[in-house]
Amino acid sequence: MSASAEPRGKESPVTFTDAAVIEAFKRIPEWLSRDAALVARGRLLDLDCLLGPTVQPFHVTIRAGAIVDMTPAPVLMRSSRFSYLASPQAWAAYWQPMPPAGWHDLLSLTKRGEATLSGDLHPFIAHLQYFKDVLALPRRQGFGGAA
Amino acid sequence: MTAFIEPIVGRYVHVEIDGEVNRIYFEENGSGIPLVCLHTAGSDARQWRHLLADEEFTKHFRVIAFDMPWHGKSNPPDSGYGTEYRLTTASYTATIRAFCKALDLDKPVVMGCSIGGRIVLNLAIDHAKEFRALIGLEAADFQQPWYDTAWLNRPDVHGGEVCAALVSGLIAPQGPQVARDETLWGYKQGGPGIFKGDLYFYRVDGDLRGRTASIDVRDCPLYLLTGEYDFSCTPEDTLRTAAGIAGAEATVMEALGHFPMSENPAQFRRYIAPVLDDIRARNKA
Repeated sequence: MSASAEPRGKESPVTFTDAAVIEAFKRIPEWLSRDAALVARGRLLDLDCLLGPTVQPFHVTIRAGAIVDMTPAPVLMRSSRFSYLASPQAWAAYWQPMPPAGWHDLLSLTKRGEATLSGDLHPFIAHLQYFKDVLALPRRQGFGGAA
Repeated sequence: MTAFIEPIVGRYVHVEIDGEVNRIYFEENGSGIPLVCLHTAGSDARQWRHLLADEEFTKHFRVIAFDMPWHGKSNPPDSGYGTEYRLTTASYTATIRAFCKALDLDKPVVMGCSIGGRIVLNLAIDHAKEFRALIGLEAADFQQPWYDTAWLNRPDVHGGEVCAALVSGLIAPQGPQVARDETLWGYKQGGPGIFKGDLYFYRVDGDLRGRTASIDVRDCPLYLLTGEYDFSCTPEDTLRTAAGIAGAEATVMEALGHFPMSENPAQFRRYIAPVLDDIRARNKA
């Protein structure tokens, strides 16, 4: 796995760097902790999953809706119920204040081949809006300086 | 009385469909050309409330929106309880024709969205002479599935939550938050298995590829409009469908998704007003 520090965006609808995407992803647990209503929607959720940019996935530990640990993958023999991994350009577009059409939803990203979803999907589907909103937190925080 | 009361009136009509009486709830407002509106899969006719209340449109159109059997305030038929609901091309077509006949509508315009848009194509194929014009929103002869509908009806996943969460991504981000929330509320209120049963028509039974070329818009004008944010029925799906129908008009609507009439009524109005004007002009000619 390698993350480019060069600005990208030739094939992307937005300008971004892999490093900025990774840094924004790292802050999701902190932003989630400040949103009590969103944590509450995940109150029955306890699981370990793999989330993030394809260039740097993270092992994410969720307990009662809060992310209590997020560790860069790979971790030797760490298991996950499911994974949702998207290209850096997909996250950068998804996090825009007005995401471009086709880049605006976790499942539009899978349909267009910019993201992959695998593993036991039950917890993901049963908490689908929770995951959509948690993974959109960088949008609310003004990813790319657009706040 | 000083309270604001909307001009929309709701009533029940008893309609015989496939040999059984169904008690169908419908709302209407306005006078003039009958305009029957079909809701999306898994929701109900409340999606059309802004069009139903539109002061300009209702000067020239009798706007009517009904809840399909099993949806909204239209209960399942008596024999339906305990059975698995599955909408088919035949049952959907029969329901629309029976409803129009029950209200004695004279060559209505039918406008449908999503599954309603798909069935409008079937009306154009097989029953065009019964209608004044047909409008398909988010309509195509076929579109690629993007999730497994088995998730929509199982005891260990909340049906209302999952239906709403799946379709939330089909709404464009530009719409007013309250309109987007209201659109999802309809999905949270659907009966168990109803969205899935509607999608049997959409995914399995209602593939119209290879049939739409026979549509003759001289019998009945056909308008297709699709939101740019709809990744279920994409603009490409609609444009491909329209390209195979001589004389069909296709429009890609900016800043709209799969539920244009409810997710952003003001934006939708910009696109549907010229269509309704065109239908009125043809009607006068």
